[in-house]
Formats: sequence, structure tokens, C-alpha cells
Amino acid sequence: MIYRTVGQFKTSYRLDQALFPVRQDAVLLTIILVFAWIIFPLTASEFAFQTLLIPILIYALAAMGLNILTGYAGQLSLGTGAFMGVGAYACYKLITIFPWMNPIVAILLSGVFSAIIGVMFGIPSLRIKGFYLAIATLAAQFFLVWLFEKWAWLYNYNASGAIQVPNLEMFGVFVSGPQAASVTQYFIVLAIVSLMTVLCINLTRGNQGRIWKATRDMDIAAELIGINLMKSKLTAFAVSSYIIGVSGALFVFMWRGAAEPNLFDIPLSFRILFIAIIGGLGSIMGNYLGAILIVGLPVVLNIVPEALGLDIKSATVEHLNIMIVGALIIFFLIIEPHGLAALWRLIREKLILWPFPH
Amino acid sequence: MNAMAGNYTTADGRQIGGVMMEMKNITLKFGGVTAISDISFDVHEGEIRAIIGPNGAGKSSMLNVISGFYHPQEGEVWFRGSKRPAMKPYEVARQGVARTFQNIALFDGMSTLDNIMTGRLTHMKSPMWRQALWWGKAEAEEVANREQVEKIIDFLEIQHIRKTPVGRLPYGLKKRVELARALAAEPKLLLLDEPMAGMNVEEKEDMSRFILDVNDEFGTTICLIEHDMGVVMDLSDRVVVMDYGRKIGDGTPDEVRGNQDVIDAYLGVEH
Repeated sequence: MIYRTVGQFKTSYRLDQALFPVRQDAVLLTIILVFAWIIFPLTASEFAFQTLLIPILIYALAAMGLNILTGYAGQLSLGTGAFMGVGAYACYKLITIFPWMNPIVAILLSGVFSAIIGVMFGIPSLRIKGFYLAIATLAAQFFLVWLFEKWAWLYNYNASGAIQVPNLEMFGVFVSGPQAASVTQYFIVLAIVSLMTVLCINLTRGNQGRIWKATRDMDIAAELIGINLMKSKLTAFAVSSYIIGVSGALFVFMWRGAAEPNLFDIPLSFRILFIAIIGGLGSIMGNYLGAILIVGLPVVLNIVPEALGLDIKSATVEHLNIMIVGALIIFFLIIEPHGLAALWRLIREKLILWPFPH
Repeated sequence: MNAMAGNYTTADGRQIGGVMMEMKNITLKFGGVTAISDISFDVHEGEIRAIIGPNGAGKSSMLNVISGFYHPQEGEVWFRGSKRPAMKPYEVARQGVARTFQNIALFDGMSTLDNIMTGRLTHMKSPMWRQALWWGKAEAEEVANREQVEKIIDFLEIQHIRKTPVGRLPYGLKKRVELARALAAEPKLLLLDEPMAGMNVEEKEDMSRFILDVNDEFGTTICLIEHDMGVVMDLSDRVVVMDYGRKIGDGTPDEVRGNQDVIDAYLGVEH
């Protein structure tokens, strides 16, 4: 594919500010969308849906939520897992209290609860910054997971202490629970994630995005040019937690099928943070790249020894997996500290000039 | 000439309007240290007003009082005919006061264009949901503001760095982008904190030209702090001289140049 911007002239500011000022990007996106909406659903196996496609989308969405807060507004958070939990439990309560509710509406509504809790825990950000704020959000993480465990009302007093996703129907088709088909769930996840992505891209490239980035880069200057820092930070917490909450609801209702409180514990928060950092803070596309790497790599590493006919014990594979993923994370961060998205930007700049870089 | 009388005509024949901002008996203390003690001065509509003084005289503190970053213990700030209540800096900015910084305070993660666009944010009203849809009014607003920003980009001759991340720019250009960001707000009062600090002669000449042009073309009232005496005397219509937090002189450049207190402060006194 020849990546050229030559001959693509912008004759108005509107065209210059279009989503894809470079034609090749639009073509590339179209190809990706055709794969996501047509080719994958037709060809993917149950295994591919459950271990790759659905989790990649959900993790990418969660990372996108975190990225709004950390990458764009510059507020470090370690409470992502707990906020996903709020979304999941809110969705569960909505569905059990209002069984007639459309599942998609319930999923989108559950983000609202997460947003409210997120804003509450975001209030310390008005006073504290950086690592100290991260510790404050860690308090949210521990408190909320404790709450999921102790507040029996949240899981309807069932003996196991876990939430079990019921069979839910929409227009005569099962969309969640044991009877739902993976492909249906995939389409729902894809639709919601695509929608959120478009909204996020628009938010971050417009005025609100600039307000967040200004808050991140230099908060004193931001305030002196007319930005209300409190409003800027709290909207970032609200939007971010909303997206994370929705991703949490999808995580349980469209993928896991059941959840215990410790599912939302700190390892999940770190996993999302890794995806956001490796993908690239301050980038929307980076979340997808990061999620593909973090979710996809272990799957690939599991398949490789088998494909090569090597006889390795599954426990060894597991350990190798962790080591290789860890090494790769370090490798990627060394060659490009700003994540895979920055790597892609670099490749793009080089491609535009290739093969005559002078 | 009597400044308090309101309208006057400058040496180069520009008409200066009435009082835009008046500082009345400002006193600012940090614990036991008095940064500013009992200073009064005014800024007229359309004039270029300079604040000068040796290091540590309290000039930057004064600018920070004007932009609402510090709150003086005593004294009043009158802006456009009414007394200003205690305000947050962002509220002051929304009243039409824009500023640049002594140490450049640009948003390093953003392009030049985006940095200047942030200056427009007090003019952008679309609610968040509409921005998220990027539709109709939100897009129209974005394009309209972009057009305003492009005018300023043309004016300051920075077209070539429009899409460059500001972190990569040389010092002189950064200063210019910062001026552009302040201008984008279409301020009524523009505060410049040492706009020429650390520049070479050529860059200083460029910057001086831009400051005069801004005042001339947009009619912006400018209040600036500067160390370079040559620049200050050439640019400004009236000068306030500060030393150790006190005002020791106020008047046209020529008046100030002849003031014995000012000469003492700058050259030292014989003991």
C-alpha cells in the first residue's frame, strides 16, 4: 500500500479538521470495519470469539475510559477494576430489579452509577496530583471491592457471593447468560464499543479534549487562560468512569457470565493500566493496539508450542507466557515510551516520505 | 500631562481612552514578607503600560494580582468601571484578561494550532454531548474559531509551525505561540510577563513589532513587564517603576528617565 498525502489538498478548515484528513487512513479503517463487522462474524470460531475478539474489544473500551482520565486529563488512577465492578454490579441490580428492561439500555445506564462514584472519588484530585492521587484512587479500589463482598444486597443475598448473569432476551434472541450465542454477544459489544469510540474521538479532538490536555500539560497556565480546573477534572472523572462502568457491565454480561468480587481487584486495574500505557497514553487507537497485544499475546504463545509439535507441560507454557509478556512490555516501552500508537505515528511519518526521506 | 484626567494623546499621536483598570492601594504579603506595599496605578483604554523595576521589585507579583492568581490583603482592583470581587483566575480570564508567562507555559503535548485554539475556549459554548457528536453547531463553532485562530497565525507569521508539537519549537517561536494563544482570546487587557526575556536582538525586534502591531490593529490594551530598558522606553506610553514593593515612579518614559529615585534604584546611590 502506498501511503501518500501528495495531491490531497484541503480547501477549507472544515476539511482540514475532518476525522481522516489522509485518504489512506479512511481506506484502512474501512478495511478494519469490514473485517470486524462482516468477515470475523462469518468465520470466527467459538474459541476466537471467547478468547480474542470479545475480550479485546471490552479491554480496549476499559482502557479508553482510563485513557480519557490519565492520558488526556493527566489524572493517574489505579481504581479502574473497581469502577468496572460498579458498572457490573449496577447492571446486575438493574436487570434483577427491572427484569423488563432492555439489556443494552441496562448496560448503558449502569455506566451512570459508575460515573457518579467516579466523580465522588475524583474530588481528591482537586487537591492532590500524580502518585498521591494514584494512592487516593487505590483507596476507592480497596473500598469498593470490600463493598462488593460485604454488601449482600448487591448480589441479591445468594449463597455463593457471586453474581450470575441470567438469560436475557432481546427481540426473541438470547443476548446474555448461558444460552446466548457468542456471535450475538460479539455484535452487541462491537456496536457499543464502536459507538463509544466515535464519541471519544470527537470529544478528545474538540474543545473538551483541549481543555483536558491543557489541564494535563500545565494546570496553572490552564487556569489562567480561563479553564475551571475543578470542572475539567471532574468531567474527566465522570466521562472516564462512565466508559469504564459500561465496559465492566459488558465484561460480566457479554463475556464472563458470572463474577466474584475479587475479579475486580487490583490485578484487573493494573491490566487496564498496562493496556493504556503500552497502547499509548493520550491516544484512542492505542487502546486497541494495547488490548490486542495484552489479550492476544498469551493466546498466540499458547498455540505456538502445539503448532511446532513441542511437548511442553501446560504449567510451563503458563510460566513462559508470563515471562515473555513481561519482557515484551519492557521491550516496547524501551523502544517507544509513548506506546504503540506513537510507534504507528512514527511509521506513518516515515511512510509518507518513503523512499526519499530528504 | 495629567494621566488621571482620562483621555490623552500620546507622543506619536494615538488617542488613548479613559481608565480601563485601576489598582487602588494594593498591598500583598507572603507571611512576613511584603511583596507589594500600597501601590496604586491605572491602565487606560488602548495604551501600552509598562511595569519596570529591579529584580525582586514585585513586578510579577503585581501581574499575578491583576490576573487573579494572588489575592492582595489590602486594596481594590477596579476593572472597566466596577470593583472586582475576589475572583478565581479563570473568572478573571473570562472577563477578558489574557496573559503570557515569564517562563513559557505552553501545553507541550499539543500542536501549535491546538495551543492557540485553547485561547478560544472562553468563546466556545457547545455543551459536551454536542461536541461528542461533532455535529451541526459544534462543528460550525470549531470551524469558526479555527478561522479566528488562523487570522492570528497569519498575523504573527507562524503558519509554517501550525501542526508542529510546541515541545519541538525553539525558544523565540514558543514565546510567539504564547502571545498567539493570549491574543486568540481577544482580550480587553493583555498582560505580558517579560515578553523579551532570553531573546536575541533580532527576536526582540520582532516581538516589539508584534506588540506595537497588536496594540495598533486590534486596539488591545497592553500591560507589560520588561527588563530591557531600551525596549520599554520605546514601546510604552506610560511606565510604573517599582522597587522593593513600592512605587517609585509613574509617568511617560521621559518623565521616568529623569526621576532621581528611579536613577538611584537602577544605578545605586552613593553612600
